Amino acid sequence: MTQTRTITLTVNGDSVTRTVPVRMNLADFLRAELGLTGTHVGCEHGVCGACTLHVDDAPVRSCLMLAVQADGASVTTVEGLADSGRGAALRAAFTARNALQCGYCTPGMLASALDYIDTGGSADRAAIREHLSGNYCRCTGYQAIVDAVCDVIEGRVTA
Amino acid sequence: MKAPDFRYERPASLSEALALLAEEDATPIAGGQSLMPMMNFRMAAPALLVDLNGLADLAGITAADGWLTIGAMTRYAALEGSAQVMEGVPLMARALPHIAHPAIRTRGTLGGSLALADPAAEMPAVLLALGGEVVVEGPGGPRTIAADDWATGLYETARAPGELVTAIRVPLAAPGQRFGFHELARRHGDYALAGVCIAATGDAVRVAFFAISDRPVRAPGAEAALATGDIDAAVAALADLPIDGDLHAGPDTKRHLAGVALRRAWAEATS
Amino acid sequence: MTNPLNLFDRPNSYIGKTVPRPDARRLLEGRGRFVDDIQLPRMGHAAFLRSPHAHARIVSIDVAAARAHPGVIAVFTGAEMAQHVEPYVGVLTHLAGLRSAPQHPIAVDIARWQGEPVAMVIADSRATAEDAAELIEVEYDELPAACDAETALDPGTPVIHPAFGNNLAWERTVDVGDVDAAFARDDVTVVERTMRFGRHTGVTLEPRAAVAEFDPSEDRLTFHYSGQAPHMMQFIFAKHLGLPEENVRVVAEDVGGSFGIKIHTYGDEVATAAAAKVLRRPVKFVADRAESFMTDIHARDHVVEGRMAVTADGGIAALAFDDLTGIGPFSMYPRTSAIEANQVLNLTGAPYVVPNYRATARVVFQNKNMMCQYRAVGHPIAMAICDGLLEDAAAAIGMDPVAIRRRNLMRDDGYPCASASGMKLADLSHHKAMDRLVELMDYDRLRAENAALRAQGIHRGIGFCSMVEVTNPSPMFYGVGGAPIASQDGATLRLDAGGGLQVASSVTEQGQGTNAILAQIAAGVFGVPIERVRVKTGDTETVPYGGGTWASRGAGIGGEAMLQAALALKSQVLDVAAVILQARPDDLDIRDGSVTDANGTPRMTLSDLARTVYYRGNELPSDLTPELIATRHYRVTDFPFVFTNGAMAAHVEVDPDTGFVRVLDFWAVEDCGRVINPQLVDEQIRGGVVQGIGGALYEECLYSPEGQLLNTTMADYLVPMAGEMPDIHVAHVETPTRTSVLGAKGAGEAGTGGAPAAVMNAVNDALRPLGTSIWQMPMTPERILKALGRV
Repeated sequence: MTQTRTITLTVNGDSVTRTVPVRMNLADFLRAELGLTGTHVGCEHGVCGACTLHVDDAPVRSCLMLAVQADGASVTTVEGLADSGRGAALRAAFTARNALQCGYCTPGMLASALDYIDTGGSADRAAIREHLSGNYCRCTGYQAIVDAVCDVIEGRVTA
Repeated sequence: MKAPDFRYERPASLSEALALLAEEDATPIAGGQSLMPMMNFRMAAPALLVDLNGLADLAGITAADGWLTIGAMTRYAALEGSAQVMEGVPLMARALPHIAHPAIRTRGTLGGSLALADPAAEMPAVLLALGGEVVVEGPGGPRTIAADDWATGLYETARAPGELVTAIRVPLAAPGQRFGFHELARRHGDYALAGVCIAATGDAVRVAFFAISDRPVRAPGAEAALATGDIDAAVAALADLPIDGDLHAGPDTKRHLAGVALRRAWAEATS
Repeated sequence: MTNPLNLFDRPNSYIGKTVPRPDARRLLEGRGRFVDDIQLPRMGHAAFLRSPHAHARIVSIDVAAARAHPGVIAVFTGAEMAQHVEPYVGVLTHLAGLRSAPQHPIAVDIARWQGEPVAMVIADSRATAEDAAELIEVEYDELPAACDAETALDPGTPVIHPAFGNNLAWERTVDVGDVDAAFARDDVTVVERTMRFGRHTGVTLEPRAAVAEFDPSEDRLTFHYSGQAPHMMQFIFAKHLGLPEENVRVVAEDVGGSFGIKIHTYGDEVATAAAAKVLRRPVKFVADRAESFMTDIHARDHVVEGRMAVTADGGIAALAFDDLTGIGPFSMYPRTSAIEANQVLNLTGAPYVVPNYRATARVVFQNKNMMCQYRAVGHPIAMAICDGLLEDAAAAIGMDPVAIRRRNLMRDDGYPCASASGMKLADLSHHKAMDRLVELMDYDRLRAENAALRAQGIHRGIGFCSMVEVTNPSPMFYGVGGAPIASQDGATLRLDAGGGLQVASSVTEQGQGTNAILAQIAAGVFGVPIERVRVKTGDTETVPYGGGTWASRGAGIGGEAMLQAALALKSQVLDVAAVILQARPDDLDIRDGSVTDANGTPRMTLSDLARTVYYRGNELPSDLTPELIATRHYRVTDFPFVFTNGAMAAHVEVDPDTGFVRVLDFWAVEDCGRVINPQLVDEQIRGGVVQGIGGALYEECLYSPEGQLLNTTMADYLVPMAGEMPDIHVAHVETPTRTSVLGAKGAGEAGTGGAPAAVMNAVNDALRPLGTSIWQMPMTPERILKALGRV
């Protein structure tokens, strides 16, 4: 029988209590149990970066963390960013630059890019590329994403 | 690709953790950045998963007597944010950005890396080059294992069943000590095709390669040659090193690349 | 009536302008609608047990323990599934001689590649389904496997389909002019190379995914899938599950990348639909990443023996090659696995005047995952053969690679004409594109800089590719051969009471921005602000019948249908407006949401008009029958394909100590005809170039000699990541196609088709002074070191 445990965590500002299978990872928990399908699953082994989101304000691969390990933590998903307005300038820059095509990598890409911007990253294209090098995008070729991050850092786009 | 079922415990103390780890098929999980993929692929199927993330005492960095003691649950991100590490252990500081990607470094721990002993991982080789130590604790109490004795095979270490890595000890850089690091990875954050760490104090040189064998390996011939400053002889001495190929490079390629990495790391150490 | 010639400079035209995509905000706020986001009541989750062997007889399967596992809904073996699905065969009549064997969704009796489904488990969660799949006991009798395409036709090699007598699936030869005589001339220089192209795959970030719903009360299947061709799948499910075609609805909403991967018939997806029908409840299947690597179609994997003869002044005297490709144990259904080799024969040398041309393709079966059409089908191989040999020949006679192209490229004023292989070509601009490229990259300065750096031990190279791309295919691509694949597409515009447009199109959106350009065309041609247009694509129930998006046809074919439908609706609306306003239709226009007089002065809003028609018909003459909806379809008729052209250049640095290659810069000049949205086109080119760089330097599905795929993780299969990719400079020449009013050709595949040749040529330019060259992709460090003799 599947083993379960009851957890309480904060998701996008709301306190959530659920009984979850202990083997369920955080990404599956958010998607299947909370209906927060904005977090995407691309590889389930921590390489593609699609499921990257913020746990206690730090970027985390949500496929490499169990939901039970998020007990007591504060999780912010792409839906939470949109609802709170955080990252609005970055989303505007992504739109203006067409820094997304299919949109599947986008939630994870935004999480990693916001991490870079909010920790004081500079508009150095090589540094941005290096910081985003754990987030796979098959569509864009990355240049527009780098452009968008530069636009935000250099203040060319505001929310 | 979903993990098989397991029992999950999150002990609040080291003694509780050790008691749980005495059970059959118990596996500790630290940052989980390697174990979780293995579980998702069903290459690892522990009956009991002992989550170490509740053991706050196992995280933290303290300096004493010229050594830094780093708690096993200290995360890479914390190491990157530590002035003691960045200034006191420059070789580790140099290697840290090469470990995967920021989101992995948020969760990944130094103790987890040493316990897994992935032959392509940077930290076991850093520790080996620095002549550091791994502190483990089991039912019989704590013991300290020199980095030279730590990795014993592919994903195998001197840690006995039931023991847990509790801390990693590294000597603080001595005045005049020089370091070099170089890895050749196809993409940023990938495991390298070959990599090397150098720590040189006067004519005592320690060289530790990673990603070329079943474990991080020192290169005694190269160390002896570098002690006299002879990089060509050091590279030539790699001919004797046992080397394993992988999917992306055969043994001959790895040996060649190890030599290139050694030259570049030595240039950095002596610049 | 608006004169089509003035369509593009109307005051509120959106065509030719960068307009943000209507889907962007939704995707940026986590509100996408991908297949795995769908949760339905009573939905079961499927997992497949897959063959661990490349070739094995299934002696027995014991599923009792799996069936008894708590949470399991059903288990199907291949034989059980075969009772519900008519087998399928991937052949087309216009590929004369192509043969393949019947395929079942789940292997029956024999598994023919590692990863082929052997059993299906449906349970209350994917995790439970995987638990139960582990409980299935299969006894295999391993059979000798034919894995290596190069030995597949050897007498001693096991024959995968014994009835065929050997492993040959298809062969074709094109022979034009007198090739042997040309190579025998004493005034030509001949270069000869063996080129190898690694097997790679699409690695869509969203894996293949399907949710099948079946309503037995209506005998109705609804299939939500991540794919590119809903109507094609509608036919396939109807035919092979035994349903009336109109009772099958296929829906593709947001698709997380496709690139040709998601346009084929996969056994696991067919089984998912069949299981939903049998179980009378929804079933979801989402491939995990290991399944993606093992079972998403692979592509390329060609070995080519090529040679070229050039005269002393660089003229191509002859081009000849033999191409061998292994496609797995079956030809993929319904597009077949012979198309890539066919494209190689059709496209090689097409940018150039090639008086003597001979090419042979052999397509063979092997015990590996199946190969089929992936972005830029055949193009990377075709372009690398000709442009690789051309630069090789240029070096051999001491000629500049740009000069030798100018010597041989088809004249810009020489169209229409045909390529050596007989492809009809029109409206191309190779010389203009090359001129623009040389200017863009500052070629002479770069050459001088590289020479100076060479003296310092820095080995940089420049490589080019002049290319054509197949776009806007006519029925001659698939339909002619009997495939259930529409070459025509439709568009519907409906003016709603509020004055906005609901438009629907049978082409699909996978991130390219199809929905955006459809909105631009509808808004601009009809005359409303773009914000007033809502676009619907990807649902067989609500969009006109059509082919979907593949072969770079969305803008050119779907866009022209939208243009024609917009003109039709405009005409219909103006007929109504003329009656209401007591004016002549020719004296009226529609601009910015209003009916205006000829100089743009508003006379009535579209909302007023529509509300009058819909609510207050009593105000209209009784003999007026207003139609505020229009549908038009479009297909290409005069040409099999509408070719585009491009010129590309790569600038690379090779580290001869490590064998690492860094792409420093990349330039692409593309002529895709009329550019509807410059930003979207540029981004298609950039993304395509990066996929091409992936093929040139990184990506390869590595198999053991026994047919075991060795890299089934994203850590081992190397896709291009941000850290190693260059910025890519894009420019355009615009030569609209005369096959349509819109004048748009496709742009989606050029980058992927041309970049590998440019990168290979650049690497060889860097290596040439070191006395070596490389002709195998991906050009890995190990292969470069071996070419250099360093290991």
